[in-house]
Amino acid sequence: MEPSNTPETGRNDGAPGPRHAYVLRLFVAGMTARSTRAVANILAICEEHFAGAYELEVVNLYERPSLAAGEQIIAAPTCVKAFPLPQRRIIGDMSNTGRVLEGLDLVTHA
Amino acid sequence: MAIAETPGHHSRIVQLSKSPTGIDGFDQVAGGGLPAGRPTLVCGGAGCGKTLFAISFLVHGATRFDEPGVFMSFDESGDELAQNVASLGFDLPGLVEKKKLVLDHVKIERREIEETGDYDLEGLFVRLGYAIDSIGARRVVLDTIESLFAGLANQSILRAELRRLFRWLKDRGVTAMITGERGEGTLTRQGLEEYVSDAVIVLDHRVTEQISTRRLRIVKYRGSAHGTNEYPFLIDEDGLSVLPVTSIGLTHDASSERISTGVARLDMMLGGRGYFRGSTILVSGTAGAGKSSLAAHFLDAACRRGERCLAFVFEESPQQVVRNMRSIGIDLQRWVERGLLEFHAARPSLHGLEMHLSRMHRAIDRFQPSVVVLDPVSSLLRVAQQTDVQATLTPASRTAGPSTSRPTWRSRRSWTPGSC
Repeated sequence: MEPSNTPETGRNDGAPGPRHAYVLRLFVAGMTARSTRAVANILAICEEHFAGAYELEVVNLYERPSLAAGEQIIAAPTCVKAFPLPQRRIIGDMSNTGRVLEGLDLVTHA
Repeated sequence: MAIAETPGHHSRIVQLSKSPTGIDGFDQVAGGGLPAGRPTLVCGGAGCGKTLFAISFLVHGATRFDEPGVFMSFDESGDELAQNVASLGFDLPGLVEKKKLVLDHVKIERREIEETGDYDLEGLFVRLGYAIDSIGARRVVLDTIESLFAGLANQSILRAELRRLFRWLKDRGVTAMITGERGEGTLTRQGLEEYVSDAVIVLDHRVTEQISTRRLRIVKYRGSAHGTNEYPFLIDEDGLSVLPVTSIGLTHDASSERISTGVARLDMMLGGRGYFRGSTILVSGTAGAGKSSLAAHFLDAACRRGERCLAFVFEESPQQVVRNMRSIGIDLQRWVERGLLEFHAARPSLHGLEMHLSRMHRAIDRFQPSVVVLDPVSSLLRVAQQTDVQATLTPASRTAGPSTSRPTWRSRRSWTPGSC
């Protein structure tokens, strides 16, 4: 497994610019313990790996149920990496950091 | 066997309410339809007609029973589905526009998904709930939910969530149909039959001697009486229909009215008045014995009385029949032109027995003839087991006595609607 890239190098998919914006949307179903855990975990990862260069929106599916079909959500919590492409879905409470990093394409797949 | 009856009890028992599918024949076999407000599992191999069965259930619900529906597809996109069923006259986009139907395609790409810990399928619940609420749906189809197993790795979460989903559907009071792919030694690959315990229907598509037949069987129907046989069903340009051939009762009326055979001296021999209306007459004989000619006389006589006639021919084309009969002085062409006589010609090997039977059934329903001729019925033996033919054409064999002669010509009058 490669070490995770620092955000400054911006390794991903030849995206331009040294500062690489990540756009993430985290879909949760109500503020359950699992949801709270997922938010805390993904926030920690974002802060550690691309502080100041990311955008994280938390969406409560109960409040905006129409988004579930449009965003192809089945599991909760689901974190959609909307940018950079390719789009990916990370599901679960984000407790397995290694897998979250894989999902964010910060490390290559084992 | 005696059945003990508890006096005064049975009258108060509430019968399971049914949600009609509108599929010809199926509702008859299932005692009115699917269990209303409960999930039903429909399983079978690839290409067995599961999706079409499910779509028919929804479209009929929306158009005929004022029950809007949600189709959640895990395989095909809405556009693909709409195209596939357009040839059957199902206008899915139109129903979507009228808020009678919601099509939701659940796309699961395993390589796009990373599983990072504990989750549930609440997203799917929210999605389905929203779709149901948006049109006030009373029916739901999940086709084929087992695809989830290919998309998600954590089987124990999936199983627990599916169990919760089926419970949830029941609580919502929607009549749901869940389709599943047939597995090795199990009804479905993932054992969904364990979760859906109210009603299970198995569809089957088999090829025997190069002729394909489709069969349907209700394996389980909790709380309801149902036919347990395998029933042939077919898919044609009018959609899907089930043929409850083996469950037809023997309660049809018997008329004592007589009608002419078309041959004056034969009428004389039959008490001076001819055949009974509504009876089944078997004409048997070797090649060239005059069976077809006798039938032509019968048809001609009926047409002269202004009655409508249907002739199913299996060995000659309509033109051949008309030409040959002209040689014995019978002009059938004029009856065809006046719309009193209709020929249906098909080679016996064109379809399986049930397809022949169903086509006949439909033709009879549409044309409403008072006289029907099959020439020769023995051709059908070539495409099916003899027992099948006998079961299918029970009235014929009954009238003729037990296999006394080779059935070759069979003419039948005033087909009771809904029977056979």
